[in-house]
Amino acid sequence: MKTPIKKVLILGSGGLRIGQAGEFDYSGSQAIKALKEAGLYTVLVNPNIATVQTDGNMADRVYFQPLNAETVTKIIKRERPDSVLLSFGGQTALNLGLELHDSGVFRKHKVRVLGTPVEAIKITEDRDLFKKSLAAIDVNTATSTAVYSVNEALKAAQKIGYPVMMRSGFSLGGLGSGRVANAAELRAKASQAFQAVSQILIEEYLGGWKEVEYEVVRDGAGNIITVCNMENLDPMGIHTGESIVVAPSQTLTNNEYHFLREISLKTITHLGIVGECNIQYALDPATGDYRVIEVNARLSRSSALASKATGYPLAFVATKLMLGMRLHEIKNSVTGSTPAFYEPALDYIAVKMPRWDLTKLKTSDRSIGSEMKSVGEVMALGRSFPEALQKAIRMLNIGAQGLPRHPYEFDDPLEEVAVATDRRLFAIYEALRLGSSVEEIHELSGIDHWFLYHIQSIWRLEQALSTTKLDAGQLRQAKQHGFSDSMLAALTGTTEEKLRQKRLKLGITPVIKQIDTLAGEFAAETNYLYTTYHGTEHDITALPRHPIIILGSGPYCIGSSVEFDWCAVNTASTLRQHRKPTIMINSNPETVSTDFDRSDRLYFEELTLERIRDIADFEQEGGIIVSVGGQIANNVALPLHQAGYHILGTSPESIDGAEDRQKFSSMLHRLGIDQPEWASVTSLEKAHAFAQRVGYPVLIRPSYVLSGGAMNVVTNPTDLDRYLQAATRLSPDHPVVISRFITNAKELEIDGVAADGKVVIYALSEHIENAGVHSGDATVVLPPQRLYLETVRRSKQIAREIVKNLEITGPFNIQFIAKDNDIKVIECNVRASRSFPFVSKVTNHNFIAIATEAMLGVVKPRAYQTLELDYVGVKSPQFSYNRLKGADPVAGVEMASTGEVACLGDNLLEAFYTSWLATEQSVAGKRLLLSVAAAHRPKILEEAQQLHAQGWQIFATVGTHRFLKRYGIPSKRLHKIRDKTEPSIATAVMKRKLDLMINIPLASEANSDAYTIRRLAIDNHIPLITNAEVANILLRCLAEIPPGSMQPRSWQEFVAKED
Amino acid sequence: MSKNPVTVNRTTRTRKARPEGGDFFKIGPTYLHLADGTRFAGVGPAWQNAAYSGEVVFNTGMTGYIESLTDPSYANQILVFTYPLIGNYGVPDEEEWESSRIHAAGVVVSEACAEWSHSKSRQSLLRWLQAEKVPIITGVDTRTLTKHLRAAGTMPGVITPQSSRVAPAELTIPRISVSGPITYNDHHRPVVILVDCGMKTNILRSLQRFPVKIKRVPHDYDYSGEPFDGVVLTNGPGDPTDYQATVKIAKKALKLSKPIFGICLGSQVMGLAAGAKTYKLQYGHRGHNQPCIADSQRCYITSQNHGYAIDEATLPHSWRVLFRNLNDSSVEGIEHTTRPFFSVQFHPEASPGPTDTGWLFERFIASL
Repeated sequence: MKTPIKKVLILGSGGLRIGQAGEFDYSGSQAIKALKEAGLYTVLVNPNIATVQTDGNMADRVYFQPLNAETVTKIIKRERPDSVLLSFGGQTALNLGLELHDSGVFRKHKVRVLGTPVEAIKITEDRDLFKKSLAAIDVNTATSTAVYSVNEALKAAQKIGYPVMMRSGFSLGGLGSGRVANAAELRAKASQAFQAVSQILIEEYLGGWKEVEYEVVRDGAGNIITVCNMENLDPMGIHTGESIVVAPSQTLTNNEYHFLREISLKTITHLGIVGECNIQYALDPATGDYRVIEVNARLSRSSALASKATGYPLAFVATKLMLGMRLHEIKNSVTGSTPAFYEPALDYIAVKMPRWDLTKLKTSDRSIGSEMKSVGEVMALGRSFPEALQKAIRMLNIGAQGLPRHPYEFDDPLEEVAVATDRRLFAIYEALRLGSSVEEIHELSGIDHWFLYHIQSIWRLEQALSTTKLDAGQLRQAKQHGFSDSMLAALTGTTEEKLRQKRLKLGITPVIKQIDTLAGEFAAETNYLYTTYHGTEHDITALPRHPIIILGSGPYCIGSSVEFDWCAVNTASTLRQHRKPTIMINSNPETVSTDFDRSDRLYFEELTLERIRDIADFEQEGGIIVSVGGQIANNVALPLHQAGYHILGTSPESIDGAEDRQKFSSMLHRLGIDQPEWASVTSLEKAHAFAQRVGYPVLIRPSYVLSGGAMNVVTNPTDLDRYLQAATRLSPDHPVVISRFITNAKELEIDGVAADGKVVIYALSEHIENAGVHSGDATVVLPPQRLYLETVRRSKQIAREIVKNLEITGPFNIQFIAKDNDIKVIECNVRASRSFPFVSKVTNHNFIAIATEAMLGVVKPRAYQTLELDYVGVKSPQFSYNRLKGADPVAGVEMASTGEVACLGDNLLEAFYTSWLATEQSVAGKRLLLSVAAAHRPKILEEAQQLHAQGWQIFATVGTHRFLKRYGIPSKRLHKIRDKTEPSIATAVMKRKLDLMINIPLASEANSDAYTIRRLAIDNHIPLITNAEVANILLRCLAEIPPGSMQPRSWQEFVAKED
Repeated sequence: MSKNPVTVNRTTRTRKARPEGGDFFKIGPTYLHLADGTRFAGVGPAWQNAAYSGEVVFNTGMTGYIESLTDPSYANQILVFTYPLIGNYGVPDEEEWESSRIHAAGVVVSEACAEWSHSKSRQSLLRWLQAEKVPIITGVDTRTLTKHLRAAGTMPGVITPQSSRVAPAELTIPRISVSGPITYNDHHRPVVILVDCGMKTNILRSLQRFPVKIKRVPHDYDYSGEPFDGVVLTNGPGDPTDYQATVKIAKKALKLSKPIFGICLGSQVMGLAAGAKTYKLQYGHRGHNQPCIADSQRCYITSQNHGYAIDEATLPHSWRVLFRNLNDSSVEGIEHTTRPFFSVQFHPEASPGPTDTGWLFERFIASL
C-alpha cells in the first residue's frame, strides 16, 4: 500500500428493486463493520433510509443522496475520501464507480479504488473482453458475438443457429436477455434492447444444461478459495434469481465439482480479482462439457446466500482483503480459532427459493425465464432435500403448507412444467399426482432426476399417509420429509393442536443443530442454528435467563421489505443494550438480522406457529416480540397467545381488535371517530346495495391483507361484479369488505410508540399524492408542510384515543384521510410500520428502540420534537416496472413499489427533488410531454407557464394542447396512437425525443392507448409521472431549482441542528 | 489435476438414472457400537447379518464417496460421512475408482440415496456396497457421532443388527500393494520408482501425464540397487511405523540423493527414514477443506486423509517444514534443506477433493 488508507467512501445500492434487494444492506453493513474495526473513517452514500447500514452507529457520515455521478462527485469534493469501495452496492455502485473512474473524478480527487482493479471489473462487465480474456487461458465461454445493430444481430444469429440467447451488457438481474426462437422475434427484441444499450450479445443457447455457481474469495497475495458452490434445480434458461438453488451442489460428481472449482481458481486468478466474486457455469449433464457464463466482480445476491448458507461472512472478509489483509491473517469468526483461509464443509443442505409477487402487478404474466421477476427469497436448512424443500415452501408465506397443500389450481400442470411459471414446483407435484412419470417431467423441464425423485418421494409418502393410521414411525418419517403438523393434521383428519400433542407425546421433536462451517471437525462456539428431524441430539442447551424471541420479517415481497429487517435488527440491539438474552428467528438470507452476531442466537427457521413453538419450548423463552417483523409475525400473535406463550407489548387481543375490521370499526364508532363508510358483504347483492347507497367509486378488499391483495377501486356495477369474483376467489373463507372511496382528499399517517395506552412518541407525515394511492406507493413528507393546524391537532387526538382504547404498548401506525377539516381513520396497525426507519432517521429518534423499551416496561417519558424540524424529509417509492414486461406503471390502491428511498432537504422542493432523483430517475433535457386528464389540468398550469418561460419545449396531447393554448402556452401537439397520425407520442417516445412524460389518466381510466404510452415510456427509459400531485411538485422543482445548484449534506449535518 | 470430465462422447450416453425402488433390499434396525460403549441406531440392509468391525473415522468432504471408499488408506476403517446425503450421483465404472474395490470396512451416513442420477453412473451406492459386501448404516445422526469422535478420538466400532453391545474384533491393518513390479510408459525416460503402499490410482494417473517411465513396486521391494531417477512414496493404510521394510529401503534411497517425493503415508515414511518420529492424531484430518500454508506464505486448500503426522520436534537439522496445517499447525510436508527430497501429508493428486497442489507433481518431475 502506497499511502495509508484513512477515509473510505462506500457506495450503496439505493432503493430495493427487482434484481437488487436487501442483500446489499447485508454486504454494506458488514463492510462498514470491517472498516470500523480497522479504525477507518467511513462515508456512505445510500438513499435507502430503511437500511441498517445507514444507521447512526454505522458509517461516520451518511448521505441520503442519489447515487448519480453529479451528486457523488460533490460528496467526494467535500469529504475528500482517499479510497472507495465499489463492490458492496450491487450493479448500481459498480456502474457508478466505473463512470466516476472513466470521467477522471477518482483520479482528480486522488481516490483509490480498493480491491479488484477497475480494469479487471471492466473485463467482467464487457462480454466481448471477457470472452477474449478467458480464451487466453483456454477457459470455455458460450459462443457469442457482440453486435451493435439489429442487422448484425440477425447475421450473428443466423451463423449460430436458432434458438439463440440474446443478452445486453451492463445488465442488472438479466434485463433485456432471453431466448430468441426466430428472426422476427430477434428483430423486435434487439430493437428494444438497443434503446437502452449500444451493444448486445447473440449467444449459443444452453437451455437444459445444469447451472452451477462458485463463490470465490481471493487476497492480494493470490491466496484463493471457493467458499461454496451452488446448483440450480432449474436448469439453464431460468435466471439464477428465479431458480430454486441448493448448496452445496447435489448432482455433481467429485470430478465435476473439482473440475469446475479448478477453473474458478484459474479464471479468478487470471482476472486478478481481490475480494469476493462469483463465477457461473453451464454444465452439460450428458458430456460434462462446460461454459463459463459470467463473473460478477462484486458482492451479489448469491454471495449473500452463500454467506448465510455456509456461515462464512463473505462481505466482512472481502472488505478486509480489500484493505490489504491476507486470508490466513483473518479469523474464522464462527469458530473463533481457525483462520478464514478454508472452505466451509456443510453437514446440511440449503435450499433457496424465490418469492414472486406477480399477481400484485397487474397484467404482468406469470412465466419466468432469463429475466428476473422475483422480489425476494427464502433459505431453508435441513439434513435432507425434502425436509429443506418443504420448509422453504412454508417460509415463502404464499399460503402453501408444503407440496401436498398449496393454493394453486392447474388445468394442465404439465403446461407449466414445460414452460416455467412462478408455481412450477407445484405443477410438478400435481403432474406426479396425475400419474406423470419422473422421466416425463424431466423431459419437459430439464430438471435433474435427482430433484424429481425426491419430490416424488413426498408424493409417495402423502399417499401412504392417507391410507394408513399415523404411527410413530410414519410420523417421524413425515417430519423428516418436511411435512408440517397442520398438513399432517389435514391429511389425517385432525387438528394441528391435536397432532402436535400426539407428536410431543411420542417424543418426536426437531433437534437443534449448529452451523459451524466445519461439519463438526472443530469445536465452535457458534450461535447460528437450524432445526432438523434427522437427528437425535441437540448441539446446544437452552440459553439461560429466559431469552426474548424476536420474529423477523420472512421473505421480502411487495409490502414487506428491508424496513422490517431494520426494525428487527434495532430491536435486537436495544434488547442487548438492556442485557436481555436475544433470539432472532428469520428465514430471509438477504437480511442483516440473519447475521449471526446481531443476536445471541440466530435460528434460520420458518416463521410458522409450529416452529416458533418448537423453539420457544426448547429455549424456555421469556417473551416473544411479534410487532417488529411486519405482517407474518403479526399474524401469529393471537395463535401464540392462545397456545399460552407470552407476547411482549400490546396484547394479542388488542392486535386482533385493530386487525379485525368489524371490531375496529365498532371501537371507532364507540369513540365517535369518523371512518369511511364500509360494509362486510358475503353476496353480490349486498355489495351492489351498499355501492348504490354510498355511491361510486367504492373500494373492495378482503380482510387480513398487508399490501392490498386483490384490492380494487370500482366505479360502476359491471366492474363491481368482475372484481368481486377476483377478490372472493382469493379468500373464500372471508367476507369481502367494501367501502366508500373518497376522492380529492389528503392522506396522513401517524407512526408512534405507546406504553400502557399512552403515546410516548409519534411522528405525523403527509402524502404528496391524494388519497387512493397505497401508502406504500405514496410520496411521504415529514414533518408535514401543508396541513392545517386543526388537522394536526385532531389527528393527534384521535391517535391518543385509539392508543388508549387498544391499550397499546409498543409500535403502532394509524392512517388517516383528511378532506377540508374532516378527518377519518382508514386503519390502525398495532405493529411497526414500513415508515418506522424513515420517521426514526428524519426525527433522529429511534422509534424502534423506544418501542422495545416500552415493551420491556423501561421506557422513560420525555418530550420529543418531531413536528417542527429545520429540514424536510421526503420518502419516495422505488418501482421495478422496467423489469416487469407489460405491468401497468400506475400507482393505485394496490401496492406495486418494491422499495423506497428518502432524502432530506432544507425545504420541501429540495427534499422532494433529491428523493425523486434518488429513485434512479433524472430529467436529461428540456422536452416535456403533458397528457393530462381534464380534471387535473389546472394543477400543472402555472408550472407549465414557468417552464415555457425558461425555454422548455412542451409537447401535449390534443386536450392538454387546447387547454395550454387557451392560457397562451405554446405546445407541440402529438397524436395518440389510435389516431394513427404523425407526429405521434409513440414515435416521439421510441425516438426518445422526450425527457419527461407527464401522463395523468383518470382514476378509472382503462384506456389501452394510455397504457401503451406508459409502457413505452418505461421500456424506453423516459421518466414518467402518472400522478397529478407528484407532477405538480416535480414541475415546480424543475422550474425553481436551478440545475446543479443543490449541495448534498450528510444526515449527521442535518440532524445536528436538533437536540 | 482432476480427471477432466470433458469427454464429449454422446454415443455412450445411457439412461441418466436408474431408480432402485425402495424395496430391492429389505432393511432392518442396525447399530453402530463404539468401543467406548456408545451406541448409534439406524437402519441397514438385511443382508448384513454379522458384526463388521473397523476403526470409526469421519470425513467432511461433500463429494467423493466413490474415491474415498476405494482409497486403500481407508482399509479396515468404518467411514462416517459428515455430509448427510451420500450416493446422489450413483456409482460409475471401475475406471473412475481409486483402486479395484472398496477398502473401507463400513459406511455410516445420515441418508443413502437409492434414487441416484448421473449419466456416467451404473448402479446405486447401496447396490455397490452389497456387491462388495461392505456394510452400511443409514439414518444415523452423523453430526452427533462426529462430535463424539472429535472429543473422544477415533476408536474401533462395529456395525451390526444386534442391539446389545458388541465388542469390536481385533483389527489388523492389511498391507495393500502390488504383488510384483509393473511398468508403465516403458519407452519413456527418466525412470520413476512408484512405491505402492496402498496407492490411490490417481497418483499413477498424475504421473502418467508426464513423459516418464514408471515402475510401480511392492511396498517392501528394494529398488535402491536399481537404476532409477526418482522415487514416489505413496499413501497407504495404517501406522507408518508398521512399514519397517519400506522405511529401511527409503533410508538407503535417501543416501543416493536422487529426488524423492512422499505423499501421505509416504510423507511419514520419508520422515521416519530421515530420523524423525510420527504420532497419532486425536481424530485425524479427513476432508477436502484442509488449509495448509507453504513456507512461501502461500496458502492452499488440500485434500487429506491421514491419522498420523510427523512430530516436528524430532525433525533432523537438515530438514525443514514445507507445509503446515493452518488449523492446528501440524506438519503437512517436509523438505530436505539441500537435497531433492520433499513430501506432503495431503493429496496433491486430489480425487477426491481440491486440485490446488497438483503442481507438486510438476515440481517433482522437474527435479529429475
